[in-house]
Amino acid sequence: MTTRFFGAPVQRVEDPTLLKGEGRFTDDIKLPGTLHAAFVRSPFAHARINGIDLEAARAMPGVKAVLAAADLPDVVQGKRILLQVPNPAITEPITQMPLARDEVCFVGEPVAVVLAESRHLAEDAAEMVIVDFEPLPVAADLASAVEPDAATAHAHRSDNIAARIQVGYGDVAAAFQAAAHVVTARIPQHRGTGNPIECRAVLADFNAVHGTLTVWSATQAPHGLKRALGDMLEMADTDLRVIAPDVGGGFGPKLQVYPEEIVVAIASRMLGVPVKWIEDRREHLLTTVQERDQLWTMRMALDAEGKILGISGQMLHDQGAYLPWGVISPYISSVTLPGPYILPAYKLETLVVFTNKVPTTPLRGAGRPQAVFTMERLLDHAADELGLDRAEIRRRNLIPTERMPYAVGLTFRDGKPVVYDSGDYPKCQALAIEKAGWTIFRERQRAAWQQGRYIGQGIANYVEGTGLGPFEGATTQVLPSGRILLRTGSAAQGQGNKTVYAQIAADTFNVDISQVDVEVGDTASIPIGVGAFASRLMVNVGSSISVSSAAVAKKIKQIAAARFEVAEDEIELANGMARVAASQGGSMSFAEIARMTSGMPGFSLPQGIEPGLVSTHYYAPPQATYANGCHVAEVEVDPETGLVKILRYVVVHDCGRMVNPLLVEGQVQGGVAHGIGNALLEKMRFDEQANPVTTSLADYLLPDADNVPEAEIYHVESPSPLNPLGVKGAGEGGTIPAAAAIVSAIEDALRPFGVRIDEAPILPERLCALIDDAAARQAKKEMA
Amino acid sequence: MAKHSITLTVNGKSTSAEVEPRVHLGDFLRHQLNLTGTHIGCEHGVCGACTVLVNGDAVRSCLMLAVQADGAEVVTVEGLAAEDGTLTPLQEAFRKHHALQCGFCTPGFLITLTQLLRDRPDIEEEELRRELSGNLCRCTGYSGIVKAALEVAQAFRTREAAR
Ligand code: FES
Ligand code: FES
Repeated sequence: MTTRFFGAPVQRVEDPTLLKGEGRFTDDIKLPGTLHAAFVRSPFAHARINGIDLEAARAMPGVKAVLAAADLPDVVQGKRILLQVPNPAITEPITQMPLARDEVCFVGEPVAVVLAESRHLAEDAAEMVIVDFEPLPVAADLASAVEPDAATAHAHRSDNIAARIQVGYGDVAAAFQAAAHVVTARIPQHRGTGNPIECRAVLADFNAVHGTLTVWSATQAPHGLKRALGDMLEMADTDLRVIAPDVGGGFGPKLQVYPEEIVVAIASRMLGVPVKWIEDRREHLLTTVQERDQLWTMRMALDAEGKILGISGQMLHDQGAYLPWGVISPYISSVTLPGPYILPAYKLETLVVFTNKVPTTPLRGAGRPQAVFTMERLLDHAADELGLDRAEIRRRNLIPTERMPYAVGLTFRDGKPVVYDSGDYPKCQALAIEKAGWTIFRERQRAAWQQGRYIGQGIANYVEGTGLGPFEGATTQVLPSGRILLRTGSAAQGQGNKTVYAQIAADTFNVDISQVDVEVGDTASIPIGVGAFASRLMVNVGSSISVSSAAVAKKIKQIAAARFEVAEDEIELANGMARVAASQGGSMSFAEIARMTSGMPGFSLPQGIEPGLVSTHYYAPPQATYANGCHVAEVEVDPETGLVKILRYVVVHDCGRMVNPLLVEGQVQGGVAHGIGNALLEKMRFDEQANPVTTSLADYLLPDADNVPEAEIYHVESPSPLNPLGVKGAGEGGTIPAAAAIVSAIEDALRPFGVRIDEAPILPERLCALIDDAAARQAKKEMA
Repeated sequence: MAKHSITLTVNGKSTSAEVEPRVHLGDFLRHQLNLTGTHIGCEHGVCGACTVLVNGDAVRSCLMLAVQADGAEVVTVEGLAAEDGTLTPLQEAFRKHHALQCGFCTPGFLITLTQLLRDRPDIEEEELRRELSGNLCRCTGYSGIVKAALEVAQAFRTREAAR
């Protein structure tokens, strides 16, 4: 066998079961005697709870229990869910309680739970719970929530500042003094919500005999959930097991530990029966964390040639009511702004602001799309002011390859300096504009304008810190059957992890990929783990598998070498056999060796070899590895209706070495679709009292097959020097610059109207309003 | 709540059951018949994940009550592949073109396309995309799904031309 799987577009091992409807998602797991939960939720964005009457609900048919905060066991009384990522900038680490006790701080916050024989019955009874809410003043709007006299999102607080973060370097004042040009922008952004097609889901099963609790959850981080459960219930690590079975998409929001997961686990322990809760779409839009509003107020200084001298400004981040994952998203935004450009001086003050809305935490891109949008808007405005081509101003500022590795001067969220490890940014942009026909576009555009068609092109570059540590681990084991088993605690939500992991091990053992089994997402299979987020698994788990598989392969060779009395390097592995190279003689199957090493009487292990064909390795990267790319969008805008059609979408993508290009392209294409949503469709809307008004998929629009074109994807491979595989993360790059490129293209298409767009998403009605405003300004100028 | 008896054929097998009138067909298939391949993504008719064939038509099982399926012939994703597990050409094409990631939307897409490619086997891309806009996928960005469907449509055209 000489096939190498690394780098090949291998078809996924996950697919056959899923295609036949044989996947096992959380709601597909059925345990006898399971009770179903329905939550009673706050209808107010901010209110005091003066009393709860559960009696009518308790009397309903099929109801086994109805619980409010006071009914929960003593051990959880007054406790909040473990803050997953603490940060000294946080003024008060407020996370949710399993059930709200005295105060609710966003619409949808759970205050009671009904446990009944079916979800129907549980919902019927939930209707009967009477809660005496006393509405409180609401912090509904990001900009006004920072005003000195603003209503506070939490009644006990004197302000809404959840954290204040300063980042920067260089002499910003001098940069602005020396500037030939200064451009400014006020950029409100809104990214919307996750909406995996499978909503959240959890099933908990307490075993009274062993005192153990097993929880299945559609989570991205089973170990994180286990930690939070252990903290809340004060249970021993060994009595808890969390399994993420098949998970129907994640995109960030399934990374959090939610009150519902904790409550379902508590209920199962209290009642001694399995308890299940499956989120419905309305609950998802009300209560699953989002990543939403940021408001950037920025200034950029440039010299006469269009070189950036400095950037300064302020960013407000709408945190929502709680801080389940700390301040990761706004922090990442603040250190992502410089992007692939040389930025000599930078200063940003970030205010993380509590409001009475659903909490915000990382969502595909995790704060980066907003930073990239901001930087790219500033560059477009600067290009327009200087009369430069928009690609040209970027070219003048891109970090040249000779300067790699490049230290930006900031500290990343892992506490390490932001150092771009490898990449060729000018090459990526040059390739993108070549493929998109950038230089000949102006002619096509003029011709189109003459026919009354409004087409435009937009460009955006990005750099993404991926493959964050602290670590992830994997175990490689050769089983007595001779099959290879890989186990990692991190979950998977459709990225094809099992396939790429198997590819790496198959190469190491020189076997077919079909000889490798992969288990993911079970805390019982590996004691510690971090989770599937931040495009980090290929770097961390991939490297762990590469190291642990190499260790087991070496052991096989050592054992075979001792057996055949040859040197270790004379043994080769092929088709599940270890054999003496260049001879027809000795060979042993992996199965035989595995059986021997797992304790076969009459067989002694060679000196110094430990039993078991098994090895666990935890890979801890020295720092993040930086992927990058350039997107060019071409759009046509109908100025009458504000509708935007994406005509072409070109992506140049560099995620280091690719284990499986088929999967990388799938990630990019899916990411672009998400970015199209962020640019044109996806907006969670709230009224002035912070009531969500987009609570179904008919109100909150997701991209569909009719508005997502196929991206034309080109790869550049700059291997990372930071891990043994040379890989970088690929999960979010498709999303990060998409809104920037698309909005730039829309603005470009509408040049004849003189429209400037500094916001995302840009919805049709808003686009029409901007066109009308521009026309009115124009008319006023002509009158004067 | 009073239950009603219904009899229907699911994936070729005749089945009788007692159902509450308010139970929708999707929940009935998933929880009473244990055919969990049909997925529920929204329960308000937008995502298409729950699509099944009812008397040959692609139907959102979350928008139809189980009692309405009395006497009907239903096909779910479990009924597509052959008994021995051999995938249909459409399922094979899905695998080849990486038309699924998490696979949660996949049953709905497969069923929608089963009807579409049966009724309009030579469908072209633009029309296909419009038809598929009733099914949402959050992972793939649709390209693989469109390619897989077009490949099956192309194979049909080639077969027709050879006749
Ligand atoms: S679950 Fe039926 S259409 Fe979404
Ligand atoms: S593959 Fe995940 S929703 Fe379509």
